Amino acid sequence: MVKGESPFMKYLRRDRLPTIFCAGCGNGIVMNTFFNGMEMAEVDFDNLILVSGIGCSSRIPGYVACDSLHTTHGRPISFATGIKLANPEHDVAVFSGDGDAAAIGGNHLIHGARRNIDITVICINNSIYGMTGGQISPTSPKGSYGTTAPYGALERPFSLADLVTAAGGTYVARWTTAHPVQLSKAIKYGLQNKGFSFIEVISQCPTYYGRKNKLRSPIDMLNWMKETSINKRRADKMEEEELQGKIIVGEFQKKPEPEFAEKLCKLLEEQCVTGKPTAIRSAYQED
Amino acid sequence: MITVNENLCKGCNLCTEFCPQKVYKESEKLGKKGIHVPVPVDEEKCKKCGLCALMCPDQAIRVDEEDNDE
Ligand SMILES: Cc1ncc(C[n+]2csc(CCOP(=O)(O)OP(=O)(O)O)c2C)c(N)n1
Ligand code: SF4
Ligand code: SF4
Ligand code: SF4
Ligand SMILES: [Mg+2]
Repeated sequence: MVKGESPFMKYLRRDRLPTIFCAGCGNGIVMNTFFNGMEMAEVDFDNLILVSGIGCSSRIPGYVACDSLHTTHGRPISFATGIKLANPEHDVAVFSGDGDAAAIGGNHLIHGARRNIDITVICINNSIYGMTGGQISPTSPKGSYGTTAPYGALERPFSLADLVTAAGGTYVARWTTAHPVQLSKAIKYGLQNKGFSFIEVISQCPTYYGRKNKLRSPIDMLNWMKETSINKRRADKMEEEELQGKIIVGEFQKKPEPEFAEKLCKLLEEQCVTGKPTAIRSAYQED
Repeated sequence: MITVNENLCKGCNLCTEFCPQKVYKESEKLGKKGIHVPVPVDEEKCKKCGLCALMCPDQAIRVDEEDNDE
């Protein structure tokens, strides 16, 4: 390790740094917490494959020195499903934005959860389309401003952690970039869970969300997250009106269930006629 | 020993604000990239909790456990 270097530098492609992210963007904090959680979960970095769609947040895997796929907008969970089924031995994680995961990719998200395929999805929810200049997303709070909502958003936002819990995710948690220690632990549990794990990270886009919503600096944004966060255990005992404008953080789901790749491999084994019942077997059986 | 990498720091000041011990202070003069890179002025107050390194979005900080910077 080079003297004076960040403890996370060993996982990064240093020739690509600094990142394209704006000063104080939450994406960099999520990267750190991911490496931290990965170390705690004792994931073998050489066995890890990162997948992303399109967006600022989706640039993350490109900076990490492991195998990765930067795919099309909204589709990282589909690509990750393919990777996992082609070789279930890999640890597969997805980095996705709120637009990527919940707007264009919302369908893939709920079906990944329904199948309970063993991938870990880190959804960086900055409540806006950062990369394209600040459009409202499916998670933008009601009344918040964006380039497509100059009078404030009229629609109800999705609560992604609740959505994925309802769809069948088996480890689901929400934290913010102002809770890096708790977030690291949630990522650890997500990586350890044999099934569909979803970690929603409320994050800051000071450049678009912040500037449009009177939270001009990254410091203002993190203070806002700290002040409005409330733990799920407490929130569960409170009325809906009391929870207006609050960010509910904590674990939403932790319930092991049979995992899809395992079920599929078992089926392959039962139905196998070649004597080589692995997921990567049959196409090459002639060679 | 605390090291802040001038080539990576973007001057967001999250370290200055969120270090529980208030170890950092924004530099008065611009660094070589035109950024006010924070300086760990009160390093003796540091508890080595590692929060600043975990929060720095640009992987610019290292906090060494030991103070032996030979
Ligand atoms: C099929 C397709 N439609 C639209 C776009 C334009 N586009 C690029 S990124 C993006 C949204 C990004 O928002 P999010 O996923 O929240 O990521 P962020 O930049 O906020 O991290 C959109 C709509 C695209 N690249 N491809
Ligand atoms: S536009 Fe927003 S999300 Fe994109 S890098 Fe800048 S701060 Fe981050
Ligand atoms: S390690 Fe902790 S106490 Fe020391 S400078 Fe960083 S945040 Fe402050
Ligand atoms: S948190 Fe990192 S990038 Fe931000 S000012 Fe401190 S050292 Fe620089
Ligand atoms: Mg976004």
